[in-house]
Amino acid sequence: MTEVIIAGIGQTEVGEHWDIGLRDLAFAAIHDAVKDSGGLKPQALFVANMLAPNLSNQAHLGALIADHAGLAGIEAITIEAAGASGGAALRQGYLAVTSGMVDVALVVGVEKFTDQVGAGVEAALSTTSDSDFEAVQGMTPTAQAALLMKRYVHEHQVPKDGFAGFALTAHANGAGNPCAMFQKAIPLETYLNAEMVNEPLNMFDIAPDADGAAALMLTRRELLPSNFAHPLVRISGSASASDTLAMHDRKDMLYFDTAQLSAGKAMKQAGITLNQIDFFEYHDMFSIYAALQLEAVGFAAKGRGWKLAAEGGIDLKGKIPCATMGGLKARGFPGGATGVYQAVEAVIQLRGQAGANEIANANYGLIQSLGGPASTAVSHILQKLD
Amino acid sequence: MEIPRHWRLKQQRYSLVGEVCPHCDYKIFPPRDVCPNCGDEAKELYTFSGKGEVYSYTTIYEAPSGYDTNAPYTVAIVKLEEGPMITAQLTDLGDRAVEIGMPVEMVTRKMRNDGDERGIIVYGYKFRPQSFVPHQ
Repeated sequence: MTEVIIAGIGQTEVGEHWDIGLRDLAFAAIHDAVKDSGGLKPQALFVANMLAPNLSNQAHLGALIADHAGLAGIEAITIEAAGASGGAALRQGYLAVTSGMVDVALVVGVEKFTDQVGAGVEAALSTTSDSDFEAVQGMTPTAQAALLMKRYVHEHQVPKDGFAGFALTAHANGAGNPCAMFQKAIPLETYLNAEMVNEPLNMFDIAPDADGAAALMLTRRELLPSNFAHPLVRISGSASASDTLAMHDRKDMLYFDTAQLSAGKAMKQAGITLNQIDFFEYHDMFSIYAALQLEAVGFAAKGRGWKLAAEGGIDLKGKIPCATMGGLKARGFPGGATGVYQAVEAVIQLRGQAGANEIANANYGLIQSLGGPASTAVSHILQKLD
Repeated sequence: MEIPRHWRLKQQRYSLVGEVCPHCDYKIFPPRDVCPNCGDEAKELYTFSGKGEVYSYTTIYEAPSGYDTNAPYTVAIVKLEEGPMITAQLTDLGDRAVEIGMPVEMVTRKMRNDGDERGIIVYGYKFRPQSFVPHQ
């Protein structure tokens, strides 16, 4: 199998881009990624998106974006796995290049959440759950997370401010990311006084929906331009797993099986163990999901994920730095593009270009993209090559 | 609104009809023909009693379209006494506080409507506290 190098990265700021549409947003990221790669030409385009058919009345994004980016003619498709679309599209790009069948793959994640507001957006997000047995009952993804958090607190006796660490760390790191939606650290009082959204979830336990696009160019080493400007970053592990779609069908709702399975397989492929991972870009759509990912992957014992964050274990100087560029909470949640942003941020870390957020001597980063309450999980290990 | 989709599910929505696995006796809701416990074929219909308890719950204030006129409402995951868990709204709560572990029972209620006078109204299961006494 061919070694897959991430040759180029691009990302837009995450935010409310009322003045930029889907195609232009995608092209902005693609333009930067192509330039960053030294002008490589892709043969295949993998688009990550979750809700454009619903919120923008636009499906068929592969052809649209290839066309608009001046790449008409190449093969192009959309990959959808709810919130894990970004990770899933990265995996498809990886498989295409590692198989030897595609020389250069372009992966672009793009999402426009903010052209609509309110009930229509909630209904669109609910299409990622079980339509016949969850959404029809008026259940929403936020309510699912609230339910889960309530049960977790019931089983593990978590104090009232137990989950604050996730938001505090995310915002502190967002301050050092010029593309993040929120670039300001917050004090504990802000979390404690935050408005309750779905008890016990407060506003700071939930990542903000936002617009954004991020892109990656994947290729093999011998195709890199001779004057390639960056330290080499390789995809050393790639795996995905699925679980019951409906949260109520889980064997144990408080254990994210897919997070463990996919991360385990990716680590095995990369030939590393947990303690070799230098940072973890998790899918902190809700603080409870971050805690459950830490537990399932193995960084914390069951019921103790919240404590790791509370004790600063996930800070840049902590035992396992997480959300190093703000995570979903501070960088923002640009839907299907999120998994691609995670990869872009991990590359920035591994290239030693993270500035104030840099983790010294980082060699391995774990990035994990979730669809729904871990109904899908896609994990990648990115490695800095010497 | 997709009329045949809702029509197909009326046995589940109105009568909590699922399946029982003939190999391992596992009770399955909704029907899926393959037993999630032992993996064998499971097509024998089984009607649940409708009794269960609250596993967890939350109250929704910002509802999705189609449910916004009902807001605020409480959704829960209910553990049916036969084993499976199910997502449903809680109803007839009055002033009662919901608690994890609270015994509940199934009732048939209006779940949503189209918002359009000529659209269909979707009925289905909700759960009320087991000790509920209707007003005389």
